[in-house]
Amino acid sequence: MALGLGCSAKPGKAKENRTGSWRTFRPEFLHEKCTKCGLCSLVCPEGCIAEDGEGQPVPDYDYCKGCGICAEECPGQAIEMKKEEK
Amino acid sequence: MTGESCGLFEYGHRACGGCAAAMAARTILDAAGKDTIIVSATGCMEVFSTPYPETAWKVPWIHSLFENNSAVASGIVASLKKQGRKEKVIALGGDGATFDIGILCLSGAFERGHDFVYICYDNEAYMNTGIQRSGATPYDASTTTSPAGKCSTGNRRPKKDLPMILAAHGAPYVATASVAYLPDLKKKVEKAIATEGPCYLQVHAPCCTGWGFEGEKTMTIGKLAIETGLWVNYEMEDGKVTRVKKVVRKPVEVYLKEQRRFRHLFKPKLNETEIAKIQAVADRNAERFGIDIKLKK
Repeated sequence: MALGLGCSAKPGKAKENRTGSWRTFRPEFLHEKCTKCGLCSLVCPEGCIAEDGEGQPVPDYDYCKGCGICAEECPGQAIEMKKEEK
Repeated sequence: MTGESCGLFEYGHRACGGCAAAMAARTILDAAGKDTIIVSATGCMEVFSTPYPETAWKVPWIHSLFENNSAVASGIVASLKKQGRKEKVIALGGDGATFDIGILCLSGAFERGHDFVYICYDNEAYMNTGIQRSGATPYDASTTTSPAGKCSTGNRRPKKDLPMILAAHGAPYVATASVAYLPDLKKKVEKAIATEGPCYLQVHAPCCTGWGFEGEKTMTIGKLAIETGLWVNYEMEDGKVTRVKKVVRKPVEVYLKEQRRFRHLFKPKLNETEIAKIQAVADRNAERFGIDIKLKK
């Protein structure tokens, strides 16, 4: 790996690093309890919760570190943390 | 699933699970938009977001040293001005880079009056290098360079009041925010960018690793800091406090007992003398900013 001038890197290249492997607990989204408020997507430190066409949250488990902030903050208790089984 | 990410701060960065600084970075970029140049001092945010050859940033980003963050930003602002370009410049630094090492260049840049925004994510110690105390560490917090023990109750000095120091430079807009209230943080970033001249924003960023709490509690701890009066969210325009978040205050113990860095105040026995001193800090904040909501009896 040669260092380029000024050590520049391509925008967003961190995406190659899949942090999902760090996870011990996995957020499970209970769609029937979800009010589609979007808070989980807002508070996720990874920014890896997208929304589907109907406004339901879709987490990206390739990157989710399982910190549990979404489950802690969800006003409708619609996210449960389950132990990861690999 | 590897879909499109939600913003200009890409996932895959190496922040701890539950990192407040990562949350702040996402929100700041969300508010600033793509025509932004970020200058980042050495610190946790710089290290976790840009391990070469990777970067989480999708906007132009430059790494300065600890001490010259504001000087690099000043240079970029001057160059853009000469070229007639309109990009916004944001300098980001942790509390170590801002309160201690970079204060000289920060003071210089504010004195010269460059049109940029300086944002400090304040996690109240040098977290990246192993939790050493900084000028932002609150009274009695145990860190690796102010360890609590038989002869000490942790950090002996109060937190430095940097927003007031920068307001005294004649900054048109100085504000504090917290990751516990992200929409408020976003509004303040937008306001700082829209204000001409050097603006300063200090963001309270609870650090699960350094403060000792579970990652999912980041927002809860941030809220408790505000609800106890140990952190005050306010805005200052031209040196005058114009907006303050008011609360029904809780005793400081509810905030302190959730964190490992204050554990020595509760174990092996309750240290009422020291807790009273911290309560006095909160009381002073409440009086100074008028944060108390008076409940009708």
